[in-house]
Amino acid sequence: MKQKSVAVVGAAETTRLGKIPDQSLIGLHADAALNALADAGLKPSDIDGVATAGESPVALAHYLGITPTWADGTSVGGCSFMLHVRHAAAAINEGLCKTVLITHGESGRSRVGASGFARAPSSLMGQFEMPYGVTSPPTMFTVPVLRYLKARGYTVEDLATVAVIQREWAAKNPRASFKDPITVDDVLNSPMIAWPFRMLMCCLVTDGGGALILTSADRAKDFPRKPVYVLGTGESVETPLVSQMEDFTTSKAFRVSGKKAFDEAGIAHSDVDHLMIYDAFAHLPLYGLEDLGFVERGEAAAFVRERNTAIGGRLPMNTNGGGLSYMHSGMYGMYALQESVRQMRGIAPAQVEGAKISVCHGVGGMFAAAGTVIFSNEAP
Amino acid sequence: MSPRLLPEPTPETRHFWDGCREGELRLQRCTECEGGSYFPPRPFCPRCGSRKVEVYPASGEAILYSYVINHRPRPDMGTEPHSIAVVQLAEGPRMMTNVVGCAQTPEALQLDMPLKVTFEKQTDDITLPFFTPAKG
Ligand SMILES: [Zn+2]
Repeated sequence: MKQKSVAVVGAAETTRLGKIPDQSLIGLHADAALNALADAGLKPSDIDGVATAGESPVALAHYLGITPTWADGTSVGGCSFMLHVRHAAAAINEGLCKTVLITHGESGRSRVGASGFARAPSSLMGQFEMPYGVTSPPTMFTVPVLRYLKARGYTVEDLATVAVIQREWAAKNPRASFKDPITVDDVLNSPMIAWPFRMLMCCLVTDGGGALILTSADRAKDFPRKPVYVLGTGESVETPLVSQMEDFTTSKAFRVSGKKAFDEAGIAHSDVDHLMIYDAFAHLPLYGLEDLGFVERGEAAAFVRERNTAIGGRLPMNTNGGGLSYMHSGMYGMYALQESVRQMRGIAPAQVEGAKISVCHGVGGMFAAAGTVIFSNEAP
Repeated sequence: MSPRLLPEPTPETRHFWDGCREGELRLQRCTECEGGSYFPPRPFCPRCGSRKVEVYPASGEAILYSYVINHRPRPDMGTEPHSIAVVQLAEGPRMMTNVVGCAQTPEALQLDMPLKVTFEKQTDDITLPFFTPAKG
């Protein structure tokens, strides 16, 4: 990708987050889109590129009254929006469109206009995983963990510590779903979901959405808000079957996506001021810290325990409270991107003072896919 | 209890399900490269793309590689907590299964414990492979 050539000029979440029984899935997309358009000072007719997941880009464009010259319906789970940013940057650089709207909306809790979790019994997942009782992410995303803990010498207390520190961040965020402090014991005494996972190690289930607007860096300075530049992006996929991951102690998709983004951005890990790692479950930030190269394998648990990722630490991580405490409608990637943009704009509730570079890493479909976006608030 | 969700074989996987019905765990391996055995079934080698592959009976021996114990079973899986496990077969590939024939507890389900395949008929067409602790 051409370096530093694209910027975020509009970003917003839905007007409300949490329980929104009076809005359907596409209604949430539209609410987020209108908020992002207002943030950018644009009308739907100013948009010529659309991308979304969980809803068709055709339905989105029609619903909002947009006639695009570029559309992307890449749908690889919760990190789809990271991939949309990457694809939009390429499309803008190639001249396929000028101003791209990326939306997310999901009625994860209220299930208004939403479809269920099902796999065709003739698909590979339907044949080789579904018969064994997997239901939803808490029984699939979690399957590699006991092997990971054993290989690394980590413990369930290490998983609980991730949730405890993210709750500390959430306490600073008025929009977070859960703000009350919790302890490691609280996490380990919360209801059992799927051993070794307790409820407080699993993400919320909520309603909400978010949207981003991107354009070329050249045009970005003409918008009302301070632009947030895209320095580098990465993406990869591994397998739809969690049982077929190459190695249960590391995500190949994380490694490939992260390296691509860092190489494109031309930055070092020591340059990173702020980090988002999609935390549908408490183990993901540990995998992410290792697979993105912030720590060596086997060092992630101690890195978190020693409060490097906590308030005042040297690598603030998941500063909105994350999927565990902030918000999680099913595809959390958009909320991670929103927090990175807020941090780069200097308007986050738990603002990291002086932060200039933010890395935002997402995962999709039980370790199946990954997308990474590196942002900066400094003009190229 | 509602009937268990069962696989619908496709032409590419039919040999595997026929094998289960006949009490044999069938794997495939490439005869062109050193990639060896692979799973799930497909009519070509996922390492080198060659279509020169063969089906063969696996030993049925495995170790417990990783698992969870689901405390909120799906409606077709009964009401008691049950394992959702990944085993590593002696031939190399891993597969998802349930560990049966022992307590569904962290104490009884030790990583790396030896397991042996066991088959349970579900319908005239479908028999599912499960794994049970190997006898001394
Ligand atoms: Zn081969």
